[in-house]
Amino acid sequence: MSEIEIESRNLDLWYGSAQALKKISMAMPEKKVTAIIGPSGCGKSTFIRCINRMNDLVKGCRITGELLFEGADIYGNDMDAVELRKKIGMVFQKPNPFPMSIYDNIAYGPRVHGLRNKEELDRIVEESLKASALWDEVGDLLDQSAVDLSGGQQQRLCIARTLAVKPKVILFDEPCSALDPISTAKIEDLINMLKHDYTIVIVTHNMQQAARVSDHTAFFLLGELVEFGKTKQIFELPDKKSTEDYITGRFG
Amino acid sequence: MTSLISPATSDKAAKVMLWVSASIAILTLLFILGYIVVQGLPVLTLSFLLESPRLSGAEGGILPAIVGTFCLMLVALLSAVPIGIGAAIYLAEYAPVGVVTRIISFGVECLAGIPSIVIGLFGYAFLVIYLGFGFSIISGGLALMFMILPWVVRVSEESLKAVPGGLREGSFALGATKWQTVSRVVLPSAVPSITTGVILGVGKAIGETAVIMFTAGSSLLMPTSFFDPVRALPYHLYILASEGISDPMAYGSSVVLLVMVLVINLAAVAIQRHYGRHHVRN
Ligand SMILES: Nc1ncnc2c1ncn2[C@@H]1O[C@H](COP(=O)(O)OP(=O)(O)OP(=O)(O)O)[C@@H](O)[C@H]1O
Ligand SMILES: [Mg+2]
Repeated sequence: MSEIEIESRNLDLWYGSAQALKKISMAMPEKKVTAIIGPSGCGKSTFIRCINRMNDLVKGCRITGELLFEGADIYGNDMDAVELRKKIGMVFQKPNPFPMSIYDNIAYGPRVHGLRNKEELDRIVEESLKASALWDEVGDLLDQSAVDLSGGQQQRLCIARTLAVKPKVILFDEPCSALDPISTAKIEDLINMLKHDYTIVIVTHNMQQAARVSDHTAFFLLGELVEFGKTKQIFELPDKKSTEDYITGRFG
Repeated sequence: MTSLISPATSDKAAKVMLWVSASIAILTLLFILGYIVVQGLPVLTLSFLLESPRLSGAEGGILPAIVGTFCLMLVALLSAVPIGIGAAIYLAEYAPVGVVTRIISFGVECLAGIPSIVIGLFGYAFLVIYLGFGFSIISGGLALMFMILPWVVRVSEESLKAVPGGLREGSFALGATKWQTVSRVVLPSAVPSITTGVILGVGKAIGETAVIMFTAGSSLLMPTSFFDPVRALPYHLYILASEGISDPMAYGSSVVLLVMVLVINLAAVAIQRHYGRHHVRN
């Protein structure tokens, strides 16, 4: 049984007066993949963006309850969001490479954290590209603009960029929804490799994907956590009728 | 209700009318350009560009006016760009959306609406007299800065706001601070369109005769410092024509001014082309 890395207890979230998350309590274990599924608008992105405090950027967003990372309160007074995000990286739905070279994209994180040493940066860039299975394709093109890569390559670049910061947790918000099946398969393979070293939380609309890559699955509905458990159990023997209906595609 | 004119007929009529409007617009432009070029061509020689004027400009060239115009633009740019971009970054990235931002934006709008003759008069009272800069490149350049500042702020602010939010989030998610995000990702992404906008602004400012005639002076001598007076090209041609000194020389000066504006606009287009592909297609 592995340690709990992230735990939410009775987490409530409001955008203005609209409540988007209601009493979410779940624990995400270390070096495992936790998938979050549920129909559109049920609060999956909202929840995952709480974990690295991305919602700080949203005006009128209010949170109560507890969210713990390695036992420390993510929303506590002594938590520095910038420091937190070095340890909890995020890959977004739409690939968002910076309009600069491939090299500069990967080196961005280490550089903003003060690394100047060229050899060290070279090493990190190579390591990160290898770890994201992109080195063979772009190892010779490091000076090329990242914007010219294909969508799937851009997304793996964004993963490499995240790895370069050496986080402990990586959050994926529908990382494949803008990609073709082959690129999707590559990203899934990658996630299966990364879970040996990182704690992963992934939001997905793709049931097979959740079944393939995750160890645990959480089913959200209208801002509430309906069911959370081992992926196998959720997919084969769900407790709740609504979970079963959603998984079998009978609604939503 | 039945219409007397069938949809097909009105469609055709609209097409014809729009075609006529477009033709009139283009023909007017071509006529003006052609007329000026034909009138100015006889005096356009290399010595016209490289010599100083003689007999109040009736003879000789216009080199001091060309140099003066360049210097005025340089001062205006070097002062307007840092201030304008700084203000735009504050408005686009930092200022909370609310009363203060709206007041600043409104102030910028108002500044943009002040007639150039009023800016010229203010430049005269404040820069030439009160600050004691006299009729000089500095006074003229700073007065032009007042003229283009609102434009620079607005163009920069819009360019910054057009940078996709995903880039900001991507930077924050890597543990970058706000200033790192703004200075390393957002601003560089916006630089091509800011540059294009600023250059177009300069193209407009170059012809603002009313501002510089009150502030830059009308000396026909070659300036040797930024505190020397100069006569900018548009003012020179105004004097040549209005005082009946030489019409051909006035048209020659006009052609040079037009070419300068054309070059500036082409530069803006070239920059846009060159950097366009770097922009994230989000
Ligand atoms: N910035 C915001 N301001 C106000 N309301 C928001 C904001 N972001 C999301 N919401 C609302 O919160 C609810 C949950 O949205 P969220 O994006 O978390 O859903 P989701 O499960 O990720 O959906 P999808 O599968 O479509 O991505 C929705 O009702 C949405 O309209
Ligand atoms: Mg979402």
